[in-house]
Amino acid sequence: MPAETVSVTGWGRTAPTTARLIRPRTYEEAVAAVRDCGTRGGIPRGLGRAYGDAAQNAGGAVLDMTGLDRIHAIDAADGTVLCDAGVSLHRLMQILLPLGWFVPVTPGTRYVTVGGAIGADIHGKNHHVSGSFSRHVLSLELLTADGGVHTVSPGTPLFDATTGGMGLTGVILTATIRLHPVETSLMSVDTERAADLDDLMARLTATDHRYRYSVAWIDLLARGAATGRAVLTRGDHAPLGALPKAARARRDPLAFRPSQLPAAPAFLPDGLLTRRTVGLFNEVWYRRAPRARAGQLQRISTFFHPLDGVPHWNRIYGRGGFVQYQFVVGYGQEEALRRIVHRISERRCPSFLAVLKRFGDADPGWLSFPAPGWTLALDIPAALPGLDSFLDELDEEVAAAGGRVYLAKDSRMQPDLLAAMYPRLGDFRALREELDPRGVFMSDLARRLTL
Amino acid sequence: MKDAFGLPQSLLILGGTSEIALATARRLIARRTRTVRLAGRPSPRLEQAAEGLRALGADVRTVAFDALDPESHETVLGKVFAEGDIDMVLLAFGILGDQARDEREPVNAVRVAQTNYTGAVSAGLVSARALQTQGHGSLVVLSSVAGERARRSNFIYGSSKAGLDAFAQGLGDALHGTGVHVMVVRPGFVRSRMTAGLDEAPLATTPEAVAAAVEGGLRRRSETVWVPGALRLVMSAMRHVPRAVFRRLPV
Repeated sequence: MPAETVSVTGWGRTAPTTARLIRPRTYEEAVAAVRDCGTRGGIPRGLGRAYGDAAQNAGGAVLDMTGLDRIHAIDAADGTVLCDAGVSLHRLMQILLPLGWFVPVTPGTRYVTVGGAIGADIHGKNHHVSGSFSRHVLSLELLTADGGVHTVSPGTPLFDATTGGMGLTGVILTATIRLHPVETSLMSVDTERAADLDDLMARLTATDHRYRYSVAWIDLLARGAATGRAVLTRGDHAPLGALPKAARARRDPLAFRPSQLPAAPAFLPDGLLTRRTVGLFNEVWYRRAPRARAGQLQRISTFFHPLDGVPHWNRIYGRGGFVQYQFVVGYGQEEALRRIVHRISERRCPSFLAVLKRFGDADPGWLSFPAPGWTLALDIPAALPGLDSFLDELDEEVAAAGGRVYLAKDSRMQPDLLAAMYPRLGDFRALREELDPRGVFMSDLARRLTL
Repeated sequence: MKDAFGLPQSLLILGGTSEIALATARRLIARRTRTVRLAGRPSPRLEQAAEGLRALGADVRTVAFDALDPESHETVLGKVFAEGDIDMVLLAFGILGDQARDEREPVNAVRVAQTNYTGAVSAGLVSARALQTQGHGSLVVLSSVAGERARRSNFIYGSSKAGLDAFAQGLGDALHGTGVHVMVVRPGFVRSRMTAGLDEAPLATTPEAVAAAVEGGLRRRSETVWVPGALRLVMSAMRHVPRAVFRRLPV
């Protein structure tokens, strides 16, 4: 099996490390790759959308799982799919939408693999209704450190350690996923503006339950009375009856045609995203949103994955890369959320991709991120002076409020706070110790945070 | 592991009593560094330095290491790396010597060269290989402006630093693409124990300022850092000053 030594980073393009990249094309090759990992271990990697160092393994092996990308079986009557872990959600949408099915959960990008979705236990705009990805996994096959392949079902400790386990329990080979039925490939979207943070929280609290999908883009550079102003976009899959009779869409209601712009150039200078440019963008973005509009039809790609339209959009942050910070604080901790939003806004972090969302019930994954409460996610250029200490202070606020930081996005958190944020960390470590005593599965994230 | 900002969690200092190195350690402990290994010749001063860093909350241990005994470097440093990843190696040992006496007593001059250059070549290569096996890490080498152009007043020290500087640059190029980052730090006159009693040169700086520049260089993944930064310009001009003029300069 060919292996090349390459420099690997996450989507945020910070902290590169070197590893042997191995791309298994069969299960046998995957088993052999795990057996031959060597002393520095290995970690499975999908499409590299984790922002930090979750799918890096300095000096060891990185198993690029995108070579295992077969869809084995689709039950179009019952709405389930059995596929390899390296299949992307993009591919699933291409195949499943024409059959009237949609993935149960999609994050802000379609370019994640099923294995990555389970390993990070990702969530989407429908978390308050549908929970995280693992809730829809009926079964999975896991290649563990001893080279054995196990069928893992929900409700077992190994399942709960693997969902959200960041690839550290083993390599997911296949998964069976329950799908969501749709009549069309369009979304019916309601848009409204919120004048400030209180208005935003009130709107989300009052009416989120009416929508399957809900998210708010929040302007973290707005200050004073406008602090936390936002644009809410919420909606559901459009039923067939919602399509205008004469429209082309009627003839092919399940067509999936995401549009794509040219990729961001490979070398962009640092410092494109400043307070001024981002402030301007945010102003325009806020102003161009309608104050209130109901039932607008949008394509799936426009509603869920606007950034996928620009391949390699992460390059706009320049050579220094960027840090993504996402945390959740529980209901009842609104004061902490307000304090944090005010701090970010006063600090003038140039963040233009900030979103606020309400989570629903948590799923049982031991290191699964979502918990009932408010989640805020933002991108910040890594070169911003003083950013590291500032985020450390936010960590403290989040931990004090009983909240947590998302590991799939992390590249810098304070290791000391991890156990407080993830109470099942002890169980996770114990299970790994038993399942993988030699530490075959290892990542830079695991080293940095002693997972 | 280093975080997104390039700051290390574990630090190995070669030359554990160096004031610049200890100032750097204090700065990094204030961020993410929790493990520090101080390598140097066993002495009360080394233990004191360890104690000082422990008080800041780091896990600190001293390691018996002698730059003049390259034969032992493989074993001594191998043990340190075997205990766990080292995110950053700070190669900080070096002696200034006494120019006038060293000119009279070549054996002493050779000691300066052996410590600053051959000792560093050995320790640098051993560390580089270990970092390469890890697939990540920074090797920070304390060079000096004295190595940029030899001066009448300290050319023995200067020539040893010139050798070290060239070695470190080449090593950095050799390791490019391996995940290991080599950073050459060229401070000017640093007010410290090493320079106590000497006449201060222009643009003199402090160990704390050098430490701050090292942290900045780690964040930017710089390959060369001048302290203060203005020395980069000054020295690029100095390089081109004719010899006849240069030897008369009061520096």
